[in-house]
Amino acid sequence: MNPLKKRDLAIALCFLAALAALPLAIGPSRYLLSVLMNCAGLSVVAFGVWLTFTIGRINICQAGFALIGGYTTAIVLSRHGMSFWLALPLSALASAALGAIIGSFILKLRGIYFSMLTICLTEAIRLAFLNGGEFTQGSRGITGLPQPFAGESPLPMYYLAIALLGVALLVTWRVHYSRVGRIFRAMRLNEDLAESFGTDVWRYRVTAFAIACALGGLGGSYFAVFTQSVYPQSFTVEHSIYYMLYCFLGGLEFVSGAMIGAFVLTLLFEVLSQFQQYQTLVYGVLMIGVILLLPNGLMAIRARALEAKA
Amino acid sequence: MIQVLINGAVLGCVYALVALGLTMVFSIMRVVNFAHGQMYMLGAFVVYYLYGEYGLPFYVALPAAAAALALVGVAFNRFFFQPVLASATREENSMLMAVGTALLLENLALTVFGEKQRGVPPVVDGAFVFGDVAEGGAILTHPNAMVAALAALSILGLLAFVQYTRPGRALRAVAQDKEAARLQGVDVKATTTLGFAIGAGLAGLAGGLLVTVYGVNSGVGVNISTKAFIMVMIGGAGVTSGAIVGGVLLGFAEAIGYDLLPGSITYLLIFVAMIVFLVFKPNGLFGKPWG
Repeated sequence: MNPLKKRDLAIALCFLAALAALPLAIGPSRYLLSVLMNCAGLSVVAFGVWLTFTIGRINICQAGFALIGGYTTAIVLSRHGMSFWLALPLSALASAALGAIIGSFILKLRGIYFSMLTICLTEAIRLAFLNGGEFTQGSRGITGLPQPFAGESPLPMYYLAIALLGVALLVTWRVHYSRVGRIFRAMRLNEDLAESFGTDVWRYRVTAFAIACALGGLGGSYFAVFTQSVYPQSFTVEHSIYYMLYCFLGGLEFVSGAMIGAFVLTLLFEVLSQFQQYQTLVYGVLMIGVILLLPNGLMAIRARALEAKA
Repeated sequence: MIQVLINGAVLGCVYALVALGLTMVFSIMRVVNFAHGQMYMLGAFVVYYLYGEYGLPFYVALPAAAAALALVGVAFNRFFFQPVLASATREENSMLMAVGTALLLENLALTVFGEKQRGVPPVVDGAFVFGDVAEGGAILTHPNAMVAALAALSILGLLAFVQYTRPGRALRAVAQDKEAARLQGVDVKATTTLGFAIGAGLAGLAGGLLVTVYGVNSGVGVNISTKAFIMVMIGGAGVTSGAIVGGVLLGFAEAIGYDLLPGSITYLLIFVAMIVFLVFKPNGLFGKPWG
């Protein structure tokens, strides 16, 4: 195992362990737990974006698929009384299926074309839910969703968030450090070359996109029950851009990058919450600063030294 | 119906101006300026303050908007894009930088100008009336006519500049092949800066024009950028004729859609139509394939 991968794994495991142990140390502080639950949900969604980065596509439609997952959960919970434990995987599946269908058409676009199209796709999905009539209840959204856990304690919901984070991390890890992951990397570096070596490029990139969308749907479903509501405004282009920023801040070469980025940024802003009105302004400045100063992300700090030692 | 076509033509002229700016930056630098809509918004605010608040004549305020945004473009190019393009290991970096600048401009505007919708007093009054309005005639208000005429004039001016002047030829050369242009003695760095300045200036100009009809608020940027992407993708990225055709097409589609369909369904259909179109013609109407 090369030292960077080892460090990646160590950081990811320590991080998860720390999150799991945290309530024991600090007691069930509702505020802190809800911040961490928010971070965990954002990480799940951001892992999908990270995965599409590995096939060399900049995915700005993740918010759209989170919205699909959120609405799937909201509709089956509120109208059909389905159990949340069925709704959660169902939402991921619905997002993945739609992602595979849409992806099989749009993934032949590359680079900036793909990014511009995915921005439009986020808008299109939002507008579709906005104009869905009684089925999606338009701009009123679907509210008052039942919670999966009875009782007052936030702990079960917290551990659900951590578990989902673990699942997303595991999926991304397994995909990235496997034969499939190598193929993804080959496709990112040169799609035509990969194809000429006999890779069924079309199949692999649709697979990657479908997994990414499934993670988006999973996160969207989680947020729908976490906030007990979903609106067309719940996930917009702006959110898609933030997911991208998380991945970039954490580092595109490291699986834990998406998670680290999401936690660091979200926690940073809770700490700076008295500057709330400047929050998004700081996001903009930070994004530019990171790209100029840390072009490979937080996880890449000291990566060169580690590699040299090995 | 004539009314719808007139509205479409007016929108089409301004949209073509927006799309031209975006395509200009793209053809020279291979960077999609995500902040294009935000630059449009800033241009609108320049006109709002100079013309609406301080009472300067419109024909001073409008060029000032274009010039101010051209300066912003030069600064962005120098401090943000050139360093990234020079050092990037992944091609994603320059795009993320573009997204970052868009985020920055939008939130800067929100902080400085607030969220309020603002308008300016009309520059000209009155209207051309064609036929009897009650019986299917149409109205073209003078403000709309002025906006369309100025937009069309600017487009013609830009085309003439690119076609017949030395800097214009340099722009086309750099767009075609940077290395070859350098070998021919073109100052690539200065030309790139000029291209970015023109692109940003066009966004400012379009914003300054449309503020007289629609007003402006800090949040219009994303909307305008999205429209600009649609136009550029339909026409083909980096192609001048494509940008103009894309702009005019979108203008008419929007005017007809708003006439026949309720609210936001128009854009839903436009998005779906565009995605289907790109499946069959991934490079747009006139675009060349590129990676």
